[in-house]
Amino acid sequence: MNQDARQKMIVKEAREFAAEVLRPRAGAFDREESLPRDVIDEMAKRKFLLASLPEAYGGLGLDPVYYGLFTEEIGKACCSTRGLITVQNSLVGETLLRWGSEEQKTRWLLSVDRGEMLGAFALSEPEIGTDARGVQTRYQIDGKDYVLNGRKKWISFGEIAGFFIVIASRESEITAFIVERDRPGVSVYPIKGLLANRAAHLAEIEFKDVKISGDNVIGKPGSGFTFIVGTALDHGRYSIAWAGVAIAQEALDCMASYARKRKQFGRKIGEYQLIQRMICNAVTQTHAARALCVKAGEMRIQGDSQAVAETTIAKYFTSKIAMGIASDAVQVHGGSGCSNRYPVERLFREAKLLEIIEGTSQIQQQIIAKYGLRAYGRIQKD
Amino acid sequence: MNINESVRNFIESNLIAFDDDFTIDDDDNIFESGFVDSSVAMQLVVFVEGEFNIQVTDEDLDLVNFSTINRLVQFINKKNNN
Repeated sequence: MNQDARQKMIVKEAREFAAEVLRPRAGAFDREESLPRDVIDEMAKRKFLLASLPEAYGGLGLDPVYYGLFTEEIGKACCSTRGLITVQNSLVGETLLRWGSEEQKTRWLLSVDRGEMLGAFALSEPEIGTDARGVQTRYQIDGKDYVLNGRKKWISFGEIAGFFIVIASRESEITAFIVERDRPGVSVYPIKGLLANRAAHLAEIEFKDVKISGDNVIGKPGSGFTFIVGTALDHGRYSIAWAGVAIAQEALDCMASYARKRKQFGRKIGEYQLIQRMICNAVTQTHAARALCVKAGEMRIQGDSQAVAETTIAKYFTSKIAMGIASDAVQVHGGSGCSNRYPVERLFREAKLLEIIEGTSQIQQQIIAKYGLRAYGRIQKD
Repeated sequence: MNINESVRNFIESNLIAFDDDFTIDDDDNIFESGFVDSSVAMQLVVFVEGEFNIQVTDEDLDLVNFSTINRLVQFINKKNNN
């Protein structure tokens, strides 16, 4: 079987898994604010948690485009489960694969692969979100070791992760550390009552005089922001870009299906032009969003240095249109759309989150504007 | 095109400069100049790996290696010689 056929088969397997296991239970995961262990174990067994990583590190070797299509299949059925993929694969997996030492890769990636423990990426703090360079979690040097103090917040899967990639600072230097959950001084506090990603086991994590070995530094001391956070956010944005396509497509499916069945004034509501206008916009925007993501994925395959910018454009666009389409899907459903008995109610909440995580839409706009200012309308030099 | 010209072309095409005639010296620190944002560092990694067929590893993660045209040229030469 060639690489293309093999990857297509994995995406098909993800679609079937989503249809059989995730979609029927996604509402319950959301209400119970928990992704059950049996689902996580099954995904680990299928090697879904590190799908884009090489097989040597427990992955399935999906290239960026197929990884995106895979993410879309999972994300259409359950946003929190897609969040599990984003964190394990894009934030933790890709970061360790790119900048971890061979020992770190073998130890931590294979632990995730075997389903022994999950990882989490700990960047945000109670007072630090977008301004990630200002992290207030501090580290001190203690001989060959490091001592961590501080607090992280909104950490997806932090509640159940076995290790964290923690971004901390010392004066103007920012460094990334791998911190085991069972280290003395680590405390985990689950966060409940969320708008979205309710089953993604978000947590606040406190570090009190936590001693860490120098072997747990990722890359070099001081490389934490520019390279480690840069890598994680780039991969995270790529994953969230596809998450936007997933919500847009699922909301469109729900909207079209409902409009074909629901009758008002003796006619199917899909026959009314104002409903058709919403469906038209959803179709056009979803197709455009997917095309942007595929382009970003192809540029990533080619090692194009502008793939970072294209990924940002895709993330900004897909999260924006996902919100609009999910809102229209609720509108088409009318009163039913406001009930958690219909998936569109959940999709509407989940869509909002995509405009915030992995860089707010406002930050994406600034990055994209700067890209436009340097890329377009310049006088060509000979 | 030699390494210096190739690196210069890439950096100049990624500067946010409002003056089309703006130029950068070989020893100007691009990150301190305010003409690039942090995402350019990652783009530089992808660029040097693709353009010069080298692998940037965790041992190379020092922003100094990527901070000026001359530093980048030295870094690429060092990696190629290894």
